[in-house]
Formats: sequence, structure tokens, C-alpha cells
Amino acid sequence: MATVAARRRLPGASWRTRAPWPVRLLKGAVIAAIFAVMLYPLLYVIMSSFMPADATLEGSVIPSSWSLEAYRVILDGGLVTRALVVSIGITVVGTALSVLATTTLAYGLTRTRDVPGAKTMLYLVLFTMLFGAGIIPNYLLVKSLGLLNSYWSLILPGLISAFNMVVVRNFFMQIPRDLFEAARIDGASELRVFVRIVLPLSKAVIAVIALFYAVGYWNSFFSAMLYINDASKWPIQLVLNQYVLQGTPLAQLQNPNATPPPAQAVQMAVVVLATAPILVIYPFLQRYFTKGVLTGAIKG
Amino acid sequence: MYAFIIPGFVFFVVFAYLPLVGNVVAFQNYSPFLGFRGSPWVGFANFTSLFSDPDFLTALRNTLVISLLQIVFAFPAPIALALLLNSLISERLKRLVQSIVYLPHFISWVIVVSIWQEVLGGAGGLATLLSKLGIHSVNIMSNPDTFKILVTSQVVWKETGWGTIIFFAAISAVAAELYESAACDGAGSFRQMWHVTLPAIIPVTMLLLILRLGAVFSVGFEQLILQQNAVGPHAAQVIDTFAYYRGVLGGDWGLSAAAGLFKGVIGTLLVIGANRLAKRSGAEGLF
Repeated sequence: MATVAARRRLPGASWRTRAPWPVRLLKGAVIAAIFAVMLYPLLYVIMSSFMPADATLEGSVIPSSWSLEAYRVILDGGLVTRALVVSIGITVVGTALSVLATTTLAYGLTRTRDVPGAKTMLYLVLFTMLFGAGIIPNYLLVKSLGLLNSYWSLILPGLISAFNMVVVRNFFMQIPRDLFEAARIDGASELRVFVRIVLPLSKAVIAVIALFYAVGYWNSFFSAMLYINDASKWPIQLVLNQYVLQGTPLAQLQNPNATPPPAQAVQMAVVVLATAPILVIYPFLQRYFTKGVLTGAIKG
Repeated sequence: MYAFIIPGFVFFVVFAYLPLVGNVVAFQNYSPFLGFRGSPWVGFANFTSLFSDPDFLTALRNTLVISLLQIVFAFPAPIALALLLNSLISERLKRLVQSIVYLPHFISWVIVVSIWQEVLGGAGGLATLLSKLGIHSVNIMSNPDTFKILVTSQVVWKETGWGTIIFFAAISAVAAELYESAACDGAGSFRQMWHVTLPAIIPVTMLLLILRLGAVFSVGFEQLILQQNAVGPHAAQVIDTFAYYRGVLGGDWGLSAAAGLFKGVIGTLLVIGANRLAKRSGAEGLF
């Protein structure tokens, strides 16, 4: 027992004791390594994007001089600018439609007891989480609906996620039923109950799924690769793939009257612009997503 | 009430069940000009030629190898990280690490691969740094021999932090009294972790592991298709990318639909079987 008494007790949690120093040193080293591995690439990319024509980074994260030339070039109204606008549009419209469709369906499917057929439909929706049809049938479907090369092909096929629907439905089920009953007795229509009672009480869960959808739409790459042929309709992720990963040179760079910024800086500026919205909403993401994941983990 | 249900339900019929029916293409010599009704039926011929196609067999093998590497390395990583963070006494440091390691989960694969390319590619930051120190490294991003390790490392980098969340939930459910009594009995921080924290996360670990095994045919599709050009199909082709290249780009609709259907059916059976196994082993199933 002497060893226990000898350990320094820490404030707060009385059972927590400090580990011996070699363990602490090792832990410190691991944490430092995690910081380095996670942050170095991000910093390096951000710094590369500010690199002027005559400078190089040579592995360090501080450039010898700074330049906004790369951003000026890509925000000049060419392909990248248009791709950013396309991505913003799809994210905004898609998120709005997805939230609308998900919440209405979830509300309808809370009434499995009194609406005939609702229970069957709920099971049919849940069952879709078990299988995916594969790329070919999905492609042929989008094609036969005439959605190829249309922005709708980036929104409609993923309009409702069954998982998000379950998260919202679980939340709706926890709202006391008396609230609805009272409103109905007062003569409120279902739509009124939904808009005036259900939605205001569910702001937190709606925020969660809106973020889920928004990140999904913004990051979506493959559906655009599959369905959009016309480069002027490409979202930013596809432009990134083409110009950063596959190395196709950006036509905008052929500016005859000025020294262009290094291609690497331009590429990294596109990367930074495509990541920026995620970084901006990250504090919210971190707070709400953690909750959302845990809510979803509880069975419906 | 049906006004609420029907639109959403129609969505699932059209975009989830209709493609399922569309899998009939796998049994046809499908041609877009003739359509579903006009294309000749060929029975299981597409499946026969699928399994004698060397490209498909390569894709199948790559899928399984990448999946197994991820189960061995990427699956336990969040557990280790969750235990490490849980053992940190400073709440502030813990939260700081969490907010850094969660971040890559929200970044798209295109961006993640671009970042890796920029840092580890031939002209990248690390290569320049190393060559200044006199070490000449190979270009890791385009080396087919180590590609599967690279892919696994990318998954570890991107998803480990996020994966800790579910384990933190299990850890935070442990009653504080358990730690207190362990400490009274003389258990130090390591033995508290070993005898209290670890048993608490075993059920959720088993459940996740079984489900992961059920998804053994699913590997990151976007991640792989983005990098296939850099290393070539022999190292990077998986079932999904095979279906994409052969079908959408190559026009071999029947064969690639057969590949997709094969993956879908086996995948669904494995998930159902894994769930049943989870329930039998006493863990809570997913459905």
C-alpha cells in the first residue's frame, strides 16, 4: 500500500495517478508524433499555395516570400471559379432538398401505429441499408431518366440517406405525443403540427443532418465523375482530380503577359479553396457530428 | 399523412429498388440501343466469363488483400488512440488532440490524396527534405509494390481519429466507482486500463469487427480510383473500379453488372451472417 500512498494524487479524479516518467515520456512522444503527422501535411499545402514564382519551400513550412498570385489566377473567372460556384449551388440546393425530404418522410414514418402501410414502408426503407445495387444499374437508371450531364444527377440519387432518416425518426419519436394530440384537438392540420411543433423542437437534430448532407454534397466526387461529362458543369472536387492528381495543365495559366505563379502553388490553392468551407464549419461539425453519430448508434 | 410518406418512399423505390431490378443486365448481353427488353438473355454466361477473366481475378485478389490489411492495421488503430487519449490527464490536451485527429474525416478523398501527393510525391515536401539530408527516397505515391500499404496508411491517417468516437462512448459509460475501487486495490494507471477500460470496450469492438468482416468486399472506391492511374491497374484495380472501367468506360455492361451483382450479393449475405454471429456471441446486433 505504500506505493499507492506515494503516488501523487491529482485534483478532480481521485483514482487517477500519474504514470511513471518513462511511460509519460513515451506518451508525450507519441502525441507529438501525431501532431506532426496530422498537421505537417496541412500546413505544407497551405504554405505552398502562397508560394511566389521564384521561391521554393524545400520541405519547410515557411516560404521565403509570400504571394497571392495563385489565388488571383484561379479566382479570375475561369474553370475553377465556375466549379466553386457549381459546388456551392449543389451543396445549398441539395442540402435544403435533402433536409426537407428526410424530415417529412421521418415524420410520416413515426406514425406506424395508426397509418396503414406505414410500417411496411418503414421496413422497406430500412432494408435498403443492407444492399447497394452497384455502379452499372445506377448509371443505367440515371441515364434512362435523362439526368446525365444534369446537376440533378448529383442531387437526386442520394437525396435521402436511410441512416439520416432513422436518426431523425428516433428524435421525433422522443417528442411527447401529447403535444401533437393537443394541437390536433385544437384543429391543427398535420402540416401545421409538423411546421409549428415538430420542426421547432427538432432544431438540434436538423442541424446534425444538414451538416451531414452538406459535407456529403461538397465532398461528392464520384457521382460527378460518373454522370457529368461537360467540364463546364464540373464541381470543384472533379476539377481537383483533373488538375491536381491527373496533372492536366490549367488553360487559365497560359497568360502571356505575366510570369505565372508556379503550377504547384496554383494546384495547392485549389486544394485550399476546396477545403476552406469544411474548415470554416469544422467547429460545428465536431460538436454536432459526435452527437449525431452517437444518436445514430442507438437502435431505432 | 400519406403526403408526408409517399414522396420520400417513391424516392427509395426509384433510386434503391429500381436499380436492384436493373441488375437483370448481369444476365443479358446488354446493349444500350436494344434496352432491357430488347437485349438477349444469356443466363450465367457473364458470370462464367467473369471468373475466367484475369483482370477480374486480380481485382478480386486486390480487394481482399487491401481489406485484410485494413482489418489488421486500420481497425485496431482507433482503439489504441482512444486508450491513449483516455489515459491523458489534461482534458485540454485531450480535446486539442481530438479536434486535430477528427478533421481529416470531413475532407474528401480527392483532397486527401492531393495532400499526400504534395507531401510524399516525387517532387513533394518530404522528398525534398530528405534529399537535403542526403537521403534519396523513392516516390511512394507511384510505387505499385507498396501501394496497398500506402492505401492502408491513408485510411489510418484519415479515419483513425473519427473511429475513436464510438470507443470513447463505451469508455465514458464505465462507472467511476470501478476505477476508484481498482485504485484502492492498488492498481496503477496501466492496470486500470487493462482491467477496467479494456473489458468495457470489448463488446463494441467485437460488434464492429464482425461488421467489418462482413464488409470485406468493400474498399474505398473513390480512394482507389483516384490513384489507379499513378500505379496501374495491376496494383490498384478492385471490384468496383473494374466495374467502372469495364462497364461505364468500356461498354461491357453485362460483365461489369455481373461483377457488381456478385459483390452486392456476397456483401449482403456477409453482413446478415455477421450480424447473426454478433447476436449469437451475445453482443447486440445491428438489426
